[in-house]
Amino acid sequence: MTERALMLRVALVVAAGTVPLPAPRSLAAQDTTAGKSVYVKWCAGCHGDAGAGDGAAAAYMLPRPRNFTGGLYKIRTTASGQLPTDADLERAIDNGLPGSAMPGWKGRLSDAERRSVLAYIKTFSSFFADTSQHVVPLKFSSPPGGGTGADALQVGRQFYDSIGCRKCHGDQGRGDGPSAPTLKDDADFPIFAADLHQNWRFRGGGSVEDIYRRLRTGLDGTPMPSFADLIDQKFLTDQELWRLAQYVRSLSPAAPPEVRDVVHAPQIPGTVPASPDDSTWARVARYWFPLVGQVIHKSRWFTPAVSGVWVQAVHDGKTLALRVSWDDRTESPDTAWLKFEQRILQTVAGDDSASPPPQAEPWPDQLAVQFPRRLPEGSGGMERPYFLMGGATDPVYQWRWTSRPRHAFAGLARGIERFDTLPGAPAGQATHDRGEWRLVLTRALATPDTANEVQLEAGRAIPLAFFAWDGSSGEHGSRMAVSTWYFLALDRPTPPGVFISPVLAMLVTLGLGLVVVRRAQRRGARHLS
Amino acid sequence: MRKLGAVAATGVVLALGLAAWTRQPPPPAQGGGTISGKVKFTGTKPAMPKIDMTEEPKCKAKYTAAPPTDEAVIVNANGTLADVFVYVKSGLPASYTAPAPAGPVTLDQDGCRYHPHVLGILVGQALAIKNSDGILHNIKAKAKANRPFNISQPTVMTSSKTFDKPEVMVALECNVHGWMHAWLGVLPHPFFGVSGADGSFTLKGLPPGTYTIEAWHEKYGAQTATVTVAGSETKTADFSFAGK
Repeated sequence: MTERALMLRVALVVAAGTVPLPAPRSLAAQDTTAGKSVYVKWCAGCHGDAGAGDGAAAAYMLPRPRNFTGGLYKIRTTASGQLPTDADLERAIDNGLPGSAMPGWKGRLSDAERRSVLAYIKTFSSFFADTSQHVVPLKFSSPPGGGTGADALQVGRQFYDSIGCRKCHGDQGRGDGPSAPTLKDDADFPIFAADLHQNWRFRGGGSVEDIYRRLRTGLDGTPMPSFADLIDQKFLTDQELWRLAQYVRSLSPAAPPEVRDVVHAPQIPGTVPASPDDSTWARVARYWFPLVGQVIHKSRWFTPAVSGVWVQAVHDGKTLALRVSWDDRTESPDTAWLKFEQRILQTVAGDDSASPPPQAEPWPDQLAVQFPRRLPEGSGGMERPYFLMGGATDPVYQWRWTSRPRHAFAGLARGIERFDTLPGAPAGQATHDRGEWRLVLTRALATPDTANEVQLEAGRAIPLAFFAWDGSSGEHGSRMAVSTWYFLALDRPTPPGVFISPVLAMLVTLGLGLVVVRRAQRRGARHLS
Repeated sequence: MRKLGAVAATGVVLALGLAAWTRQPPPPAQGGGTISGKVKFTGTKPAMPKIDMTEEPKCKAKYTAAPPTDEAVIVNANGTLADVFVYVKSGLPASYTAPAPAGPVTLDQDGCRYHPHVLGILVGQALAIKNSDGILHNIKAKAKANRPFNISQPTVMTSSKTFDKPEVMVALECNVHGWMHAWLGVLPHPFFGVSGADGSFTLKGLPPGTYTIEAWHEKYGAQTATVTVAGSETKTADFSFAGK
């Protein structure tokens, strides 16, 4: 080799060394940096700086934010105990987790931001870097047809019983099974068995396919196991597992309840039903009103047990009957749930997390229906008192009901703290049936105390709002679930004229039409002749 | 000449192979050292709460003599403590490799309790999880170093699971029956034992060396002792836990 050739070679090597080549390593580091800045800005408040699920807001939540350090995820397409796929994590980030505080981030964060934060949260657990981990999504079959038929649902129900779903989820699926009050997650936080009547709140989605997948994969970190082995061991077939998923799906409405502003109370012949299980109710439309935690006044409550109420109303011209039903695992107070209540109170912070958590007490369940004292005056008058139980100078009229002692009463609320009972009370009848309260409150449309008790006039928009407390979740006082103002409308009986006038109008039109045609035909005949 | 070279080469390869083979760590000496001892219990024996199995008549019926009680602390008649997991925490030579496991270790769910309550297993060894009750149990392994699992067994059946990494201890539980707990020690060697009804344990076949022995109890925590064994001698390591 000549000296020149050697020099050239050295020069080439040096040149190669100094040319800035794209190094994959530095790119990866860049990705994590981008992900970290997104994480710190949007995620750390709940999930914590180190991803341990212990951010500043975490103490107010149940379920708690995910602790990323264990690499343990509820909603996956992989077998029990396996890591989730990137697509699984992407779905949770994009769409959020219904029924929890986790919102969907699609539309709030860019595609690049969501991808980078996904990569970043994986760095919190060493399992994701462990190449011996097999992250393989399970192969899922398609649902067999006929899933809503009576036969299919009967098969599903049979397996609901035989594989022991009812142990936690209860006989009717409202999360009130005998083991429910003992449940905790892997971090020892209390956890509720899902209420299978509210599929729109299922973390992993409420479709038949979603439910089937959860049965196959289980929800890691929770008491919900995987049932996949049962197919391998021929305890049930894949089709039977689908039937179970279809049965569970059938417990919820076909579509998530739509929130409408006005409860229509039709006028019925005879007298209004006072019992919650009167057959009349099966023929009356029901309206869903979502409730949220009371987070305005101390002590605040971020984890309301009652997520909403179903409301039906009828009147007979003299009396209104309002039926309110809601899912509540317990007929409080219930000693079987007292320890669970204590664990909730220890887990969920109120306002001042420094103060010791309150002691569990045998609180009753409660419900309140709120009206203004008087209907707003004038045609355009829509001014209503403050929705959160009025104020010192602007009280609201409320019906209240408690499970123990079991009674209904009425009064004026002047804010959350003050309630003055009135002599007049609605009649109340309630049933607690396997995780559901059904309550009927009845009152005369017109009462003598027109100053304090709302007069329920047909044809008017009557503002109303709802409040609910689950005693076994430690709810009482300001720890409650609240709604905003909605309306009740007592429909007037349709006057006979409404039905007759259109018929008359049609007949007149037809008659006139015939006359016109007849005349035209005669004229035509004359011309021809 | 060529033939001779081939023979010589073969001989060299064989010799090297033999040398390499003989340099492999010997399988644990049949004799080996033994560490045995007792786990004493001092102080007040805590009262274990009764377990109400009314929800599971099938399980409840299996306790005719006395109602079942919580198994967190079991003090034997001779004043020793049962269900203490005793194992070699450190001290084995780096070259040590465990023998292949003989067969699965069985964990039985019978009478809505785990049998045994505390057990050990080798890395990679099968854990046969048996449901003898024929009612719904779920079995959840709350592993941290290993991946966890949570599977359902609604009938008489056996499932098999393995663990990839050493982990002391993996908590096992049933969520249908909140009182059901078991503890599993996963180790890369077979030098572990659980104190029994007489409070004694024995670790056999240890290569010569100085070992840190740990005794772990679910309620009273862990204690360690240092023990040196040589040849086939038997050394004693006693532990003592105090009731609180």
